[in-house]
Amino acid sequence: MIGVYHPGSSVLHRMPALAKLALLAATVTATALVGSLPALGIVAAATLGLFALARIPVRVAWRQVSPILWVLAFAVPVQWIFAGWEAAATMGVRLVLAVALAAVYTMTTQVSATLDAMQVLLRPFARWIDPDRVGLALALAIRCVPLLADLVREVLEARKARGAEGSLTALAVPVIVRTLRTADHLGEALMARGVDD
Amino acid sequence: MSAIRFEGVSHRFDGELVVDDVSLELTERRIGIVGANGSGKSTLARMINGLVTPTSGTVTVDGLDVARHGREVRRRVGFVFTNADTQIVMPTVREDVAFTLRRHRLDAATATARVDAVLDRFGLAELADRPAHRLSGGQKQLLALAAVLVGEPAIVVADEPTTLLDARNARRIAEHFATLDEQLVVVSHQLELLESFDRVIVMEAGRIVADDAPEPALDAYRALIG
Repeated sequence: MIGVYHPGSSVLHRMPALAKLALLAATVTATALVGSLPALGIVAAATLGLFALARIPVRVAWRQVSPILWVLAFAVPVQWIFAGWEAAATMGVRLVLAVALAAVYTMTTQVSATLDAMQVLLRPFARWIDPDRVGLALALAIRCVPLLADLVREVLEARKARGAEGSLTALAVPVIVRTLRTADHLGEALMARGVDD
Repeated sequence: MSAIRFEGVSHRFDGELVVDDVSLELTERRIGIVGANGSGKSTLARMINGLVTPTSGTVTVDGLDVARHGREVRRRVGFVFTNADTQIVMPTVREDVAFTLRRHRLDAATATARVDAVLDRFGLAELADRPAHRLSGGQKQLLALAAVLVGEPAIVVADEPTTLLDARNARRIAEHFATLDEQLVVVSHQLELLESFDRVIVMEAGRIVADDAPEPALDAYRALIG
């Protein structure tokens, strides 16, 4: 969800986030329940159709789906050894399809739309849970990933520049201190934007 | 113009006196605050938005006590931080600007129109759906300013908004500041940014040591830092 939204005006882009979330949940559940490879092949064809419908370039789609292949490189052989090739293939295809379907969702839905959908879902529980706060917490969690990735990269560069490449202390201490300081700044910025009012 | 008033304001942080008995009335359109690191200028600026409350004395904005009416004050006073990265909350440019309007409870069409207008004004319309964290430093600071202005504050306070920028981007931010109709309070080390302002305040060790038109005030600051 971190910056993978692919702008567009397709039917999928225009569909309400809540409807897409419901469809995603239903399709992934159905994929998990389908046991035969031919049936999964049909779901795979339909998923490719969704990428085409959303006009997502193959290169962009591949970037979202390919990381799961590293997991499969270990999981499929293990499954093959213990449960046979058919079970291994079924599990592999199911996982790829789940990731691909989730990618269709994230690439056609802005985070703010997802947050609004979450708030609608949580509204019946508003007595116990503040939907706005949950939405904000999710948004911040998503936002903090690139922020912390940049921070770690800078600390790694600084550590290298000081010739302390192997030192865990030279990585952990500045990362923790800067993370806490960044959290303070982010909190202050949220307050300035009236979030705590 | 709004009236920002400091009356006998002091602030202690970790036992240290950061702002020492400051009394001021700010009614001019463009006000600059300069001072060495640790002089208390950022703390003073933060008090206008209620991010810092005084240990003693009162700060009021249009008669509203910042310590007691933080919510109303923050609707009137927008704040731009030095590091725009920590001010960006949402993943894309458009979403981050729109985030400011969530507390305004506007209808979707009005909110979208206001977001589009401000994105257009700051040359960010083409970047609207881009991930905010992938913008350049200058674009991020423009986004931070756009996210503040979309809330239509009466006052914009900026704490060293050009410190992390190169000369070109600093100039772009300064040009945008020049076009603002809102009352502007800028803390800066870049003295040329403040030369065209209406009033400049010089701080040293938590106290105001000069408060004048830009030329004499900046001369006093130059003399102070040697």
